[in-house]
Amino acid sequence: MISATLSAPINTALRRVPSWAVYLAGLIPLAWVVWLTLTGGIGVDPVKAIEHRLGKIALWFLIGGLAITPARRFLGINLIKYRRAIGLLAFFYVALHLIAWVVLDMGMLWAQAAADLIKRPYLFFGITAFVLLIPLAVTSNNASIRKLGKNWRRIHMLVYPAVALGVIHYLWQMKVISSEGWLWLGVFIALMAIRFRSFRW
Amino acid sequence: MRKIRPNDPSWADVTPKADFLNRRQIMAGAGAMALGSIAGPSFASIDAKPSKFSTDAKPNTLKEITSYNNFYEFGWDKSDPAQYAGQLVTDPWSIEIDGMVDKPGSYPLDDILKPVTLEQRIYRFRCVEAWSMVVPWIGFELSSLLNRVGVQPSAKYVAFQTLYRPEQMPGQKQGGIDWPYVEGLRIDEAMNPLTILATGLYDEEMPNQNGAPIRLIVPWKYGFKSIKSIVKISLTDKQPPTTWNQLQPREYGFYANVNPKVDHPRWSQATERRVGAGLFAGRQETLMFNGYGDEVAQLYKGMDLAKYY
Repeated sequence: MISATLSAPINTALRRVPSWAVYLAGLIPLAWVVWLTLTGGIGVDPVKAIEHRLGKIALWFLIGGLAITPARRFLGINLIKYRRAIGLLAFFYVALHLIAWVVLDMGMLWAQAAADLIKRPYLFFGITAFVLLIPLAVTSNNASIRKLGKNWRRIHMLVYPAVALGVIHYLWQMKVISSEGWLWLGVFIALMAIRFRSFRW
Repeated sequence: MRKIRPNDPSWADVTPKADFLNRRQIMAGAGAMALGSIAGPSFASIDAKPSKFSTDAKPNTLKEITSYNNFYEFGWDKSDPAQYAGQLVTDPWSIEIDGMVDKPGSYPLDDILKPVTLEQRIYRFRCVEAWSMVVPWIGFELSSLLNRVGVQPSAKYVAFQTLYRPEQMPGQKQGGIDWPYVEGLRIDEAMNPLTILATGLYDEEMPNQNGAPIRLIVPWKYGFKSIKSIVKISLTDKQPPTTWNQLQPREYGFYANVNPKVDHPRWSQATERRVGAGLFAGRQETLMFNGYGDEVAQLYKGMDLAKYY
């Protein structure tokens, strides 16, 4: 753990940041994608670029959400109150990524899209990750936490298989896995390793 | 702010040739004046005659063709070739032709090009990743070169090899692919009049990122078959190894024919997205042999194309 002299002022400063500010900041990447699209800066194949960028942003938030507990445990930085915002933003971007695929990439060829989802492992992993995230998003409110009690924690354990499938989905769609792909896999494995080790401590 | 990408790029969207020639002329003129000489500007422009094999589909813009393509020697990303290919030195260039030929040797590019008549071939281009473009290539039939070097009757295949020069091709420093990139064709495929060696795009010399100075184009096959920056051509009686087939034989066969009925294991090949068609253009159906069936279907008569994909 880093020294309390460092983490304490960070936590004090963080206490002044309301979570709505995190939601707002979380929309900046979307605004950036929209801006690039409108100005032509997204490149010569805007469809793929939009789809891929939304997927990548979703991955940032998914991994970011997983990093919150280790950040508190090992760095003493407490971001727990923003975890719901980060998780919901992740779900939001996963959903946009899916919509971009169906509408822009597949051109709403529903039959082909559905057939591909079942036949292609990487698409199947991607859609499964999305489905696993739905109950998390639906129960990300105070009423659900109260109502579900201990079960709420259990349901939210689904985040681990969901992100794992998301990372596999990301790697599997590449023709050759890039160094960035390996990097994200490494970060995910590292986060999982420190988390599940810490349960035994 | 630039306007939103046009839905339908047309010839009118391309910078008129006269405009950029004019700009070059002004720059060249300024340079000439600075030197105190009266030397006229020289243009790299290529005059090519139209071909009956050209499609009348609207070509993609030069910008689309030159800034969105795979050339893994320069990086994994489709924007990498345009970004990093500038450092590639393509002059001098020669192609080694060996194997079952009467006149093997290392042929300087100038010698290869001297006797040929360059044609403009506007071809549909279908990437195995399920996107497509229409590209106005400039080139000549591969058969004319092979006939000049004298293919021996025992030759059954043509093998090609791309340049290996990691100091100028940064992607070659990365792993993942066994460099240099190799490809191959059956001899009858190589001799088909649709198969060309391309040296230009629109009426310019081939840009580095698209495979300068000379590359293969086989329009009824997926793009990866069209090997770029060729340094070696070998005639052989054995089916040569090809880079993608070696890397992932389940996904990329030797033939690589565009076939809407044979899916890539990770995605359907039934449809394709035309690059430049606009955000909401959706997909179009992929045609057997990329629409060149009349010219090439007989090459594969009796073959199970689900097996020989």
